[in-house]
Amino acid sequence: MLDCGLDMTSTLNFLPLPLVQSPRLSKLPGWVLKDGNTFLDKELKECSGHVFVDSAPEFCLPETELLDLSTVDVILISNYHCMMALPYITEYTGFTGTVYATEPTVQIGRLLMEELVNFIERVPKAQSASLWKNKEVQRLLPAPLKDAVEVSMWRRCYTMPEVNAALSKIQLVGYSQKIELFGAVQVTPLSSGYALGSSNWIIQSHYEKVSYVSGSSLLTTHPQAMDQASLKNSDVLILTGLTQIPTANPDGMVGEFCSNLAMTVRNGGNVLVPCYPSGVIYDLLECLYQYIDSAGLSNVPFYFISPVANSSLEFSQIFAEWLCHNKQTKVYLPEPPFPHAELIQTNKLKHYPSIHGDFSNDFKQPCVVFTGHPSLRFGDVVHFMELWGKSSLNTVIFTEPDFSYLDALAPYQPLAMKCVYCPIDTRLNFIQVSKLLKEVQPLHVVCPEQYTQPPPTQSHRTDLMIDCQPPAMSYRRAEVLTLPFKRRYEKIEIMPELADSLVPLEIKPGISLATVSAVLHTKDNKHVLQPPPKPAQPPASKKRKRVSDDAPECKPLKPLLSGSIPMDQFVQTLEKHGFSDVKVEDTAKGHIVLLQEAETLIQIEEDSTHIICDNDETLRVKLRDLVLKFLQKF
Amino acid sequence: MPEIKVTPLGAGQDVGRSCILVSIAGKNVMLDCGMHMGYNDDRRFPDFSYITQNGRLTDFLDCVIISHFHLDHCGALPYFSEMVGYDGPIYMTHPTKAICPILLEDYRKITVDKKGETNFFTSQMIKDCMKKVVAVHLHQTVQVDDELEIKAYYAGHVLGAAMFQIKVGSESVVYTGDYNMTPDRHLGAAWIDKCRPDLLISESTYATTIRDSKRCRERDFLKKVHESVERGGKVLIPVFALGRAQELCILLETFWERMNLKAPIYFSMGLTEKANHYYKLFITWTNQKIRKTFVQRNMFEFKHIKAFDRAFADNPGPMVVFATPGMLHAGQSLQIFRKWAGNEKNMVIMPGYCVQGTVGHKILSGQRKLEMEGRQILEVKMQVEYMSFSAHADAKGIMQLIRQAEPRNVLLVHGEAKKMEFLKQKIEQEFYVNCYMPANGETTTLFTSPNIPVDISLGLLKRESAIGLVPDSKKPKLMHGTLIMKDNSFRLVSPEQALKELGLGEHQLRFTCRVHIQDPRKEHEMVLRVYNHLKGVLKDYSVQHLPDGSIMVESILIQATAQSEDQGTKVLLVSWTYQDEELGSYLTSLLKKGLPQTTA
Repeated sequence: MLDCGLDMTSTLNFLPLPLVQSPRLSKLPGWVLKDGNTFLDKELKECSGHVFVDSAPEFCLPETELLDLSTVDVILISNYHCMMALPYITEYTGFTGTVYATEPTVQIGRLLMEELVNFIERVPKAQSASLWKNKEVQRLLPAPLKDAVEVSMWRRCYTMPEVNAALSKIQLVGYSQKIELFGAVQVTPLSSGYALGSSNWIIQSHYEKVSYVSGSSLLTTHPQAMDQASLKNSDVLILTGLTQIPTANPDGMVGEFCSNLAMTVRNGGNVLVPCYPSGVIYDLLECLYQYIDSAGLSNVPFYFISPVANSSLEFSQIFAEWLCHNKQTKVYLPEPPFPHAELIQTNKLKHYPSIHGDFSNDFKQPCVVFTGHPSLRFGDVVHFMELWGKSSLNTVIFTEPDFSYLDALAPYQPLAMKCVYCPIDTRLNFIQVSKLLKEVQPLHVVCPEQYTQPPPTQSHRTDLMIDCQPPAMSYRRAEVLTLPFKRRYEKIEIMPELADSLVPLEIKPGISLATVSAVLHTKDNKHVLQPPPKPAQPPASKKRKRVSDDAPECKPLKPLLSGSIPMDQFVQTLEKHGFSDVKVEDTAKGHIVLLQEAETLIQIEEDSTHIICDNDETLRVKLRDLVLKFLQKF
Repeated sequence: MPEIKVTPLGAGQDVGRSCILVSIAGKNVMLDCGMHMGYNDDRRFPDFSYITQNGRLTDFLDCVIISHFHLDHCGALPYFSEMVGYDGPIYMTHPTKAICPILLEDYRKITVDKKGETNFFTSQMIKDCMKKVVAVHLHQTVQVDDELEIKAYYAGHVLGAAMFQIKVGSESVVYTGDYNMTPDRHLGAAWIDKCRPDLLISESTYATTIRDSKRCRERDFLKKVHESVERGGKVLIPVFALGRAQELCILLETFWERMNLKAPIYFSMGLTEKANHYYKLFITWTNQKIRKTFVQRNMFEFKHIKAFDRAFADNPGPMVVFATPGMLHAGQSLQIFRKWAGNEKNMVIMPGYCVQGTVGHKILSGQRKLEMEGRQILEVKMQVEYMSFSAHADAKGIMQLIRQAEPRNVLLVHGEAKKMEFLKQKIEQEFYVNCYMPANGETTTLFTSPNIPVDISLGLLKRESAIGLVPDSKKPKLMHGTLIMKDNSFRLVSPEQALKELGLGEHQLRFTCRVHIQDPRKEHEMVLRVYNHLKGVLKDYSVQHLPDGSIMVESILIQATAQSEDQGTKVLLVSWTYQDEELGSYLTSLLKKGLPQTTA
């Protein structure tokens, strides 16, 4: 199984979970059906023209019905965003296999999960809405609730014990480490350049190679550069996790981010940056580190609020080996690879586990707050939206591309605060994809259907799709795709003793043949040919007869024969071996050799020989061996 | 026959200047490039002229691998690469790459600036040398070229120490460098998978020692330090900047905290603070416990341990000082030693192995009157304690590693000849493998018999494994194929496919035997009797009675013929192809014996 991601856009249908009681949210009116029926008004609330579910938020799981997950042997994880559904899979589906991921992926993935669990568990919701999920009821609801898919499969968040159990099933791997799976295939993670420890995977046997390219970046940010060379010679390249915002240039977005931030603060407003606790935030902090002095922002406090803020900042400094070249060199000095260490030292950046506690004492405005969750449905960000939403001096800047910012903002409307959308998605865009494909030249490309056509909102932009030859094979949810493989060969090893015993025969110039009869020994899908066992010598001649009484035990097939029999030489040979009455008759296709005394007839044609004789084994064997002299064995 | 050749240029029956040449399947690899602490002349570096007399080293060596940052494993590297001349790749782990140049610079300073030697490598040479270094991850398979690959395993000895697997085709060698099989206060234990190398080259520093439990040694150490401090003495602990120093610091730090002690602990300046920083940044290379707790409390941020200043040595009252280098052969530790040696209240604790020729080695072997530079005699009155904290595997650990890796041969380096001899016997007895211990300059050759990889057509393999899958197939199944050898490629295919590929036709050889059966009955009754008879004898075979009256045994056809004039004799025609020779021959001899006398 390739990756195990969680669709969190489902949470956008739910009401935000406020940390502090919000009078506005608690006074929202219940939703009433057109016919005035109010049976749903406890579950659904209406807010500025949108309907939201008033319940603990739920997530959309990967497809688990299509196949029996207990038959999955291995899950390969490509980056920490793509493992968020792991507890649902490893704990509740009968899955007993191994999960492979790099160390930073696991550590940061753990932080993301921890934050998620913490956000949701600290605001317990008494009720769990389920009436609206009834198919008959859902039909009556307004969009987007009406169109939400697989709502019956939506699940509430997992718990920390489940997270720990899931993570304990992960086996840590390093880039370019070759991992043997059951002797049949080898998998290898490669740096994908997108995030700390993010990887593409090569799945290969001796003759076939599949590359799984997911969430890759060619831009130089903090992670190690993408390893492209190792993707070459792929039979199939599975391509997914491209940028969600193909039209936005990440560098330009960072610039816009900085200038909007500076402008708001200069005007006395606060800036809110909804974000994940790891990833792009490191790059943003680095940019701000370089920017704040020149922009005259040195006295503006930066707050990073997350239950895992401290861990995230600390962890980022210890994965030197997974960082880009520049940052690696810093560690050799030895200096911390990220400048946020200095921001913390100089008190410009402060981090808190939540708005409760120390933060409320230190809190000074105007300020910049980085906090989660980017969906604006849970986490400390909900508090700041409620707090700052009424003033047009403040700005919320969206940098994470996973959620539509308009949908995210919906339950906070009407809103006075400024909203700026600067999505920073460093993953591959279509120009980079076509460059990459030209570079690594896979035989076939496989990708999600969306990538093979322009985005629905910009159908004229034919540049916003994958263009390759032969055309990419596309797949949809729950569709089974057969990959175009023709497996023809596999590796086998010949033991040196057996190799020594082979007799090669040059058939054509440069081509030699040898017939091999050997014992096939297969263990862990590795095949070795051993010399055949020596026939057991019957201990006494007395017993020999009895041995031949038994039916032959194994059926050692004789080799195939090829060639033709030259008549004159054959007759000479017969005569040399004591057959004096050889008579040859010509037939339409060949000859018939008669041995009158022995009452034997040999039909010889170009491609066949037929010996017809009495049941006289000695004679037959003698004739057989004479014929074999003229033929080649295969 | 393929062979693997190993020649130690250093560390052969010796500790110091580790440098081992390995030739495997036509590839030449140099393992480590160390200096010898016991010598100050030419002997301190390996004799690289052995590798090649007049050619360039780069042409001869495919790569150089450095196992860890200790100078007896990397100290000769700038000399080797910049002064003798080598431009090929040098592999080491990230922490080694980070720390190695610092120790080299330190070594250069002591040699050139303090001892005034010339003709030594320069700072620039160290930098140029490090540019040739390629850093590797643990378990990463590094493809040196198309055939040669190397892979690093965790060795635990010091931060970043690694064991290396060198592999060409199916032949492989594992070099352990220095390793430790028991986790300590800051590092984990060495680990390797069951990679079954043709040869395991292992260090054997503690070949004959089986050390008591770590806990006892730690208690002992703390007790001695504590007693000494209590009676107002000064304790000198000579250490190398990285490694043991950190472990002992953690130990003393926690002890001081627990006992609420006030005596100052100092750590000689400069290097060490930097050193601790490396530990913080490379925390993923430390042990599980430190890695888990580092966010809450970084073990390498010490509260009680402060930087040392030279003037502190003359301060009154008790103190504990960690000073470099570890064998008392130069530098600050030797200076402090000379100051404190005359007072019997003081104590020096040697926490690691000392090479012959160093002051450390002399005092450990009981010498109490030392001749210093300028013919001065230094009388040692302070207590001298030895405590093995150096993180090498002991005899038990070495055996354990051999059990883990399952090598076909073992070769010992980095140890003393006598001790090696003992361990060699033990290894040969316990594992039934050959064990070698070449001296420097002596070549060990061992022959390997690698399997030959060929390509097998999937059709043939599937056909054969399907037969193999038949239950109760305890008897070995023979498989038949044709090996096509063409342009150095080997392909095993079915005979049919081989014929087809070569554009050759099959020549069918068929036999038909007339078998006379004495039977007065009607023909079809006779055939039925034959059928029942064959069915009874050939239980494992498919025997069919066809509608046209003939019998099929597998693909062998048996037909009755009416040719005979004699009513009492029937003739059976048995017909088979050469491929069924065994069965056909068997059938005719079986039928020749006639049918059983029982009435049908």
